[in-house]
Amino acid sequence: MNTSDLNGIIPKSNRLLDKARTYLDDFKAWVNLDSSNLSTGQQLAVKYFTVAVILFFAQLLFGMLAAIQFIYPGFLYEILDFNVNRMVHINAMIVWMLYGFIGSIYWLIEDESGTGIVGLKWANIAFWVLTGAVTLVVLVYLFIQIGPGKDSSLWFINEGREYIEAPRWADLGITAVMLVFFYNVVATFSKGQWSGIGGVLVLDLIALVGLYLAGMFYMTNITHEQYWWWWVIHLWVEATWEVLVGVIMAWSLMKLLGVRRKIVQTWLYIEVALMFGSGILGLGHHYFWIGMPEYWLSVGGFFSALEPIPLVAMVVHAVYDAGVHAFKTVNHPALAWVVAHAFGNFFGAGVWGFMHTLPQINMYTHGTQWSASHGHLSFFGAYATINIAFFYLAIQQWRGGVWMAAGAHHAWRWKWALGLLNAGVVGMTIALLIAGYEQSFIERAVEGSTWGGYFAAQNEPSFQRAMGWRLLFGGITLAGFILLVWDLLTIGKGETRKIPTINQS
Amino acid sequence: MNETPLWASESFWKKIAIWVTAGSFVILVILTMDSLSKTGAGSKRVPAYAVINKKIDYQFKTALHKSMPVIGDNEFLFGKEYSEEEARQLVDLGKKTTQTKNCMNCHTILGNGAYYAPDLTKAWLDQGWISGEMRENMMVKFLMDPANNARTFGSNRKMPNLAITEQEAKGIIAFLKWMSSIDTNGFPYNFKTIEAQE
Repeated sequence: MNTSDLNGIIPKSNRLLDKARTYLDDFKAWVNLDSSNLSTGQQLAVKYFTVAVILFFAQLLFGMLAAIQFIYPGFLYEILDFNVNRMVHINAMIVWMLYGFIGSIYWLIEDESGTGIVGLKWANIAFWVLTGAVTLVVLVYLFIQIGPGKDSSLWFINEGREYIEAPRWADLGITAVMLVFFYNVVATFSKGQWSGIGGVLVLDLIALVGLYLAGMFYMTNITHEQYWWWWVIHLWVEATWEVLVGVIMAWSLMKLLGVRRKIVQTWLYIEVALMFGSGILGLGHHYFWIGMPEYWLSVGGFFSALEPIPLVAMVVHAVYDAGVHAFKTVNHPALAWVVAHAFGNFFGAGVWGFMHTLPQINMYTHGTQWSASHGHLSFFGAYATINIAFFYLAIQQWRGGVWMAAGAHHAWRWKWALGLLNAGVVGMTIALLIAGYEQSFIERAVEGSTWGGYFAAQNEPSFQRAMGWRLLFGGITLAGFILLVWDLLTIGKGETRKIPTINQS
Repeated sequence: MNETPLWASESFWKKIAIWVTAGSFVILVILTMDSLSKTGAGSKRVPAYAVINKKIDYQFKTALHKSMPVIGDNEFLFGKEYSEEEARQLVDLGKKTTQTKNCMNCHTILGNGAYYAPDLTKAWLDQGWISGEMRENMMVKFLMDPANNARTFGSNRKMPNLAITEQEAKGIIAFLKWMSSIDTNGFPYNFKTIEAQE
């Protein structure tokens, strides 16, 4: 390449950058959000929320690609194979939810502790480090995809373990970032004031970070490896994450409805007792078939069957509080998503989990679309909903604390987004459940789980129809997401009425 | 009348939460130590890696109401008898390769993973390999060039080419053979092996 070529490229790329900058400025002018309405901690939180929404989109996009491949197996064959799409689908989900949680915590600790975030500079650096690492990991997933059977592949490409595929360098990076986050939380409460919510939050974060370490090791013995792998996955999503959203929910109910602190904190303790009391040993329901001793059938079956109880309690809690306060709130979309969370958590994690948790039925449902059905409703119902509720709380503040309740402009948007997203996920859940029933019956019970049996079940018309319905409802979910983003960017724009201060009662 | 009863007080539930959590965790730690000690490679439930030198089957035991792995006489893999250390290395290469090729996001392993391709728990024993004599060869060929040796069972779903070397393919097969010998508490149920067919 000679220098004249280079001379041509530099101005060209400059022009491109300028254009991009103009578009970005136009976009900012259109959205018209004023960051001076936010505290510095809240400004950091909304950065996390922005990345969360982008990753949410990635989750839906790659989920759609994988869903298409179930119907047209030749689609993107050897370009973006099913395993790549599925990995990005579930990883984007885990990471966007974590971004949402971290953002929510940064948002609420200033208010909760009564002081600004301690170590904010480090928190901002950690955000960019984490976001850079996530971007790099996804690019490697998409463009390098797989590596030879060597340790270096585990370090730099992917670890090949469902949900925590991130290569080991990223594991270490994520742990470092989480330690900064943990320091921010502890130091902020220590400088300001501690509360019941703060105490539960800190203890839960210790468990959450500590558990992640259990998933970082390679073992030849698959039984041992899956044992520790479930420590991370189960004790995250069925224990520590649930408590984390309990914390977020407790704080949100005080803000949204003005529920008394004493009431939400007592509920929070009850939930922690029930959640950890059932969830920690409920871990055993993942140990039925991986080579572990038989006593896990009893321990896992019994305790995991209790796991829905705290979720029932949370529904009672949310509905009771909303009823006592006559649904009077200044943020209708946030309250609606909180209620969606209470029901979604109960049905998705509770009922759908209970349906196949006992070993007598799990023997036939394990490793079929039953799990996918449960996974879709539970992750959405328990975690997507509460994050979306928080996005609405954040945008309200970002707009300067404007009115977002009865008589708000363009309210149809958030209502339709809520409806489409929920209908889409419920539709996918039912379609996958039908596929799961069919698989359990044909592949497992009749054909005895051979490869021939597996494909006999996959080729059944009822299974194939179910995959068609899943794709359709996936599209509805995506439509709901697009509407949600539009609504989040525009809600409260031009609204002049301010919210009155909520008093706790 | 206005006093909060003990069972409804914040401090009562705080204590309960701490004790229940700590108690559950202690029980989990104890069970973990017990479980790990009973499932090391070479234990009754998880055989030593050199089990790849033996014939493995999975048979229904009427008295137990479930299928159990059955370890038989010598049946060398690729015509070679492996020492325990050699076997461990080969299984290790195979296990690592299943991770670096991201097998688990299409297949399930011990029933865990994605649901786009068949379960691998008892793949070594599957009737799809036609006969015990043809099995090793078919598996190597399939793993190294899945597109041209596709086994789609009428589904049009083909495994993509994952650039698996011959040594890696042999490792994967050793890993699958070893995994088929693990006592999985009767999962999968009613599985008819390649041996039962013959």
